[in-house]
Amino acid sequence: MAQIASLLAIDGALIVVAGWLAIGVAGLAALHNVRLVGRLLFPLSALLSVALAGIALLALPGTPQTAVLAIGLPDLPFHLRLDALSAFFLALLGLASAGISVFAGGYFRQGEGTPPGLLCMHYHLFLASMALVLLADDAYAYMVTWEMMALASFFLVTTNHRIAEIRKAGYLYLLVAHVGAIAILLCFGVLQANTGDYTFANMRAQHLSPFWASCAFGLSLFGFGAKAGILPLHIWLPEAHPAAPSPVSALMSGVMLKTAVYGLIRVNFDLIATPLWWWGTIALGLGLATAIFGVVFAAAQVDMKRLLAYSSIENIGLIVVGLGLAIVFNAYRMDALAALALAASLYHCLNHALFKSLLFLGTGSVLHATHERSLGKLGGLMRFMPFVAWTTLVGVIASAGLPPSNGFVSEWLLLQSFLFTGELPNPYLRMLVPVFAAGVVLVAALAGYVMVKFFGVIFLGRPREEKLAQARDADGLERLGLAWLTAGCLLLGLFPVAVLEVIDPITVAMVGKGLAQSGHAGDWLMLAPVSAERASYSPLLFFLLTLSIVLVAFALVRRFYHGRVRRAAPWDCGFPMQTARMQDTAEGFGQPIRQIFEPFFRMRRELPSPFDSAPRYKVTVEDPMWAWVYLRIAAVTEAASRLVGLLQRGRISIYLLYSFVTLVALLSLTQL
Amino acid sequence: MNVEGLLAQITALLVALAGAPLVMGWVNMCRAWLQNRAAPPLLQPFRLLHKLFWKESVIAHDASPLFRVAPYVVFGCMLLACMIIPTLSTNLPLAPAADAIALVGLFGLARLFISLAAMDIGTSFGTMGARREMLIGFLAEPAFLMVLFTASLISSSTSLATTVATLAHREFAIQPSLAFAGIAFTMVSLAENARVPVDNPATHLELTMIHEALILEYSGRHLALLEWAAALKLFAYSCAGLAIFFPWGIAEARDHVALLWALPALAVKLAVGGMALALIETILAKMRIFRVPEFLATAFLLGVLALLVHLLLGA
Repeated sequence: MAQIASLLAIDGALIVVAGWLAIGVAGLAALHNVRLVGRLLFPLSALLSVALAGIALLALPGTPQTAVLAIGLPDLPFHLRLDALSAFFLALLGLASAGISVFAGGYFRQGEGTPPGLLCMHYHLFLASMALVLLADDAYAYMVTWEMMALASFFLVTTNHRIAEIRKAGYLYLLVAHVGAIAILLCFGVLQANTGDYTFANMRAQHLSPFWASCAFGLSLFGFGAKAGILPLHIWLPEAHPAAPSPVSALMSGVMLKTAVYGLIRVNFDLIATPLWWWGTIALGLGLATAIFGVVFAAAQVDMKRLLAYSSIENIGLIVVGLGLAIVFNAYRMDALAALALAASLYHCLNHALFKSLLFLGTGSVLHATHERSLGKLGGLMRFMPFVAWTTLVGVIASAGLPPSNGFVSEWLLLQSFLFTGELPNPYLRMLVPVFAAGVVLVAALAGYVMVKFFGVIFLGRPREEKLAQARDADGLERLGLAWLTAGCLLLGLFPVAVLEVIDPITVAMVGKGLAQSGHAGDWLMLAPVSAERASYSPLLFFLLTLSIVLVAFALVRRFYHGRVRRAAPWDCGFPMQTARMQDTAEGFGQPIRQIFEPFFRMRRELPSPFDSAPRYKVTVEDPMWAWVYLRIAAVTEAASRLVGLLQRGRISIYLLYSFVTLVALLSLTQL
Repeated sequence: MNVEGLLAQITALLVALAGAPLVMGWVNMCRAWLQNRAAPPLLQPFRLLHKLFWKESVIAHDASPLFRVAPYVVFGCMLLACMIIPTLSTNLPLAPAADAIALVGLFGLARLFISLAAMDIGTSFGTMGARREMLIGFLAEPAFLMVLFTASLISSSTSLATTVATLAHREFAIQPSLAFAGIAFTMVSLAENARVPVDNPATHLELTMIHEALILEYSGRHLALLEWAAALKLFAYSCAGLAIFFPWGIAEARDHVALLWALPALAVKLAVGGMALALIETILAKMRIFRVPEFLATAFLLGVLALLVHLLLGA
């Protein structure tokens, strides 16, 4: 029975993909029928997502399965393979997209831009291509599906294509995606080592020289980094996420960024046989820089979706830090520690997929209810949208990395793996790595700041605009989507040992050791990745203890004292005139961060003069990478094309002269 | 879970509940003496709590449920922190549920809730308090974790009980790494517990306050819970510091006599520590809010230095 189940898994995954494509085509048939698309097609797709997650989880511990699809060029079929790593990311795709698709069913309405049926097709093409990217087992299939994914998501980002800014954001995204794709293509070219066989099985068999292996590593870091948003290739994220509709932002941030992480792991742990330790330090450095950059900029944002986009950059940074650490340990053959670091990274991928999707969907509900994305015009929504507020609060706690949420577990695992670096043979690394740990801790603490700002300014305080009082809470399908992701965040946080058991076959396959396999994950209650004396954490016990103290305290206070409450006007030290404008704005809340990290920012301030009758204060924060990197590249490109332009004189005699000179030069060369 | 451990756990809980306001009262007494004032009685914090619990709670019209839940959550977090820190004995059955990193997370959770609750009413002082609290938090939290990491590396365990047991068995010697960590820890605890030079617990000047601004809108039993939680936080930090840097006198498993001695030992250590705190608060002046990041960055760097010194010198 188990054999049949595992044999069928890859077929099952392909059936889900085919189902998604069929739903996409059905959407095309019902181009303007919002009710059909929203009430039927999207919920149906969510059921397929759940099925995919189930199939993937069943297949995960089993042996890898392969299939060949006769698509494409005559001698170049699609090779597909479902192993533990693919299965894990497929499960991630299924779990996150189930919630997002249900939400999307309630979210998309008739409006500007792409009609809902076409949107449904793009959306499902996007889902199907992501699943195929995770299944691909040769470079050809990988690149084709990778491009499909980029194009489908481009069309989704530019849903409201009548707005010029959104078209611009989509163009930037497409550009960075393609620069990255070129690097990935070159990476596969290096990996096949002149054999002409582009299957991953062949790449695994090759033993590259350290030089070429390092080239492959660098290209993969660049190529997948462009998709994941590693510094300095992150610039498309803060533009594309606010431009896209919220479910699309959730899908891109929660799932698509993870396909890039999947690629990084696939290339550097699976396809390249012998990693070098200094790759790990590069990944560590870049990851930490990305994380710090992301979180500092998130603290300065005033647009709620841009804030979340920068927060995604921060989380990708943390994931890459974990991968870097795993590469270092793997290079020194410290398998148990490599397994710990890799498991921390994978766990964080899963967590981020759920909580970031949840937060993006929460902003989607807020956007629907208020038509406002700017934090400066929101506030007090907890009273009008309690369901969205409480579910978002769970995402906020997870994103801030606080116990007993899921975000804390992965950060805990990551910090644990940092604490073992005293056993590294390289003395420089031994000294360097604790400094990285300090950086990671700083990022985690700053993430709390960002999340308090995010939640506090949107949901707490008083409404900053009159119209917010008319905001209506999410309903029906939107609620279901939010609840699904909230439950995911809670369960992943409370039962980490079960998750680590799922991750186990992957680390066994990638670095040769698992956490649970050697009896290290502890019993079901207690998470103890190395040994109980060394470190242990039990989120369930933690949660129940806190809850019971809270309840007992509440009961005792009521029993021995009373529960009398009187409502009155706020006290605020007795100031009589209080308006909503006296609260901190998003700019105000981010002001200490701007002050402390001033050298990071490119800020433009407009300060009012003291005699101004209608004073205006404005501060804009720009991404310094534009000026430091991109504008320079643009300037160099322009200068180079101007030089080329010198050749073009527009007169036929001059072009004939060029041909003549070239001929003479070639002839003289052949004479030599 | 054995009876002995359960007993130690319950004792720790009761000692924390009763001891926290006492420590607060003791510090206030010492400070009054140092400032040539007549001191309030030692039990004054208990009277204050009792009075506040009896008063009715006045809540702003548009306060959300979060505002009413927050005091209980903060109180619960602080009490749990006191239960997992080895105050009297390292034989705590609940200690494996949370290690040093989870302890920092626990303080972070409490901070998140109190800050959100302060923003809930939407008054200018509340949001200002929340912003400042988060500012201090994001700088102090990493510094505190660096201190705990130093201790964890020495004992090669992040479990607080194991760490303290290992440190207690070492011969007495001033270790450079622990010296750096000790200074960093002192600075962090001053900031985290809203003491001078970062915040003034006795202030009533609106523009300078941090902790008081956070709880400005609370009254009655909610305020009582928050005040008790603040006392528990001071107690937890003091006990954590004493357990790491002066671990003598803390009982271990199956050592009944030591458990009897642990309480007086803790009382003496806390009395001395309270006097030191009062002295610091008397001789230092409160600093401007924008000097606080420098102060805490120094603490953070000292913590990192402690970690590096340990790795370089092995001490």
